Amino acid sequence: MTAPPAVPRSFREASARRRLLDLLDPGSFRELLGPAARESSPHLAALDLPVSFDDGVVVGAGRLGGEPVLAAGQEGRFLGGAVGEVHGAKLTGLLQRALRERPRAVLLLLDTGGVRLQEANAGIEAVSEVMRAVLSARGAGVPVLALVGGAWGCFGGMGIVARCCDAVVMSEEARLGLSGPDVIEASRGVEELDASDRAMVWRTWGGKHRALLGEADELVEDDPAAFRRAALEWVRRPRPLSLPALEREQAFLARRLEELGGCADGPDAWRAAGVAEPDRLPLLDLPAWSAAVGGARRRRP
Amino acid sequence: MTAAELLRRLFPAGCEVRREGDLLLGTGTAAAGPVAVIGIDGGAEVGVEGALRLARAVLEVVREHPGRPILTLVDSRGQRMSKRDEVLGLNGYLGHLAACVELARRSGHRILALVHGEAVSGSYLPLGMMADDIHAVEGARLGVMALPAMAQVTKIPLARLEALSRENPVLAPGLEPFLRIGAVASVWRAPLDAALAEALARPALPDGRAALGRERGGRLRAELVARRVRDEDADGP
Repeated sequence: MTAPPAVPRSFREASARRRLLDLLDPGSFRELLGPAARESSPHLAALDLPVSFDDGVVVGAGRLGGEPVLAAGQEGRFLGGAVGEVHGAKLTGLLQRALRERPRAVLLLLDTGGVRLQEANAGIEAVSEVMRAVLSARGAGVPVLALVGGAWGCFGGMGIVARCCDAVVMSEEARLGLSGPDVIEASRGVEELDASDRAMVWRTWGGKHRALLGEADELVEDDPAAFRRAALEWVRRPRPLSLPALEREQAFLARRLEELGGCADGPDAWRAAGVAEPDRLPLLDLPAWSAAVGGARRRRP
Repeated sequence: MTAAELLRRLFPAGCEVRREGDLLLGTGTAAAGPVAVIGIDGGAEVGVEGALRLARAVLEVVREHPGRPILTLVDSRGQRMSKRDEVLGLNGYLGHLAACVELARRSGHRILALVHGEAVSGSYLPLGMMADDIHAVEGARLGVMALPAMAQVTKIPLARLEALSRENPVLAPGLEPFLRIGAVASVWRAPLDAALAEALARPALPDGRAALGRERGGRLRAELVARRVRDEDADGP
């Protein structure tokens, strides 16, 4: 037997399959409609673009802490994890399978820039069908978790999908939002936002800001074992899709908007949220960050 | 068609729909009874405030008018693209809106969407596209991005994209392509009140858009792929 690796593996640098294998109980993952099925994008082929036999997403069944789960991993290395017809249908099919199999949870390892523009209409439609399927699964009592730790982060319509899940777990290095920096710069100009300013990009979409807002429920190190621990924890804490629960969420979001609505930048928001020395936050490791933000950190009800 | 004109045609028996900024909120009287109206007008972009207001409107219908059908009207260029909206977590506000629509569905509200202008991405996803079924008036402009912009992003020559989009409905914006891929169920033509009554009379069904896209020949793989993942035994390791 080989010895365990001396250096912790990076979740971010791993492939989608590797992430799933690391997240789930050893030996438990079984892929559905894997590459052997050669279910690739007909639209990319029509454009003479390279295709992938899994269309950039791995879906299947496994176990987490001994309990059955369904799980999907988007492959950021194929077209930035972007969602096309087949890619989206695999996610939707997995979530529909959850209605039949009633697993303990569905885990979505999101790593995506959003809609695959080469399949524009089919892409947005696919994202919409995934969104409905996530909420159907939750409504039927199957928790759905979003784990965001890939190099692409999670943007576009899939950024909305992440927040349709019961909970969001993020690494510090990951990013989450709707309109990404390049999109905003392209549509509104560099005066609105300079996408090349990496520190600003990180302060706006990065894990620490998202966790401070409460948009991410838990912030973890870029380590597969940390994502696994967080997944084990959050599958036990589903959020009901009930009127009282959504009214509490409404009040939470309204209050946050009142308190932070005047802020146009991450550090402004951190100060307004009650962090004493906001400019220090980017420099701190996670335990120190956690201590520094303390009660200023918002948490969804 | 202006929103006022649209509302007159949808609800000849009357409606009380007020305008709050770019949002349309209120109630119309359809043949079968009151219908909650929740909409975006004027091609407006939706930011954090708008998303929160729309979500509140959905929750108010669920709380105060159990079972009342909801008609969402969409004329929106998409989400507001600004640094502030991103700093404040716009995706979270829109995710909450989508969850509210799902709650309404699960609570027994029939949910229809009518696209009466533009319908693009971030605002269309959590409101219109979350409906049980989605309709449009003629001239509706649905899309992700115009072909010239797509040519720029994908590095595929515009002439080639234009040629391909004549055959393949996934590329070009417009109403016809979205009908063919099953994303829009039907086009409502005059009289609109009759179209509304007919849609309200039909029961809500599970998401059937992928099947519709296959039937109409515009999206051939989605339904089959989803079905295989849903139903097949998992592969061995």
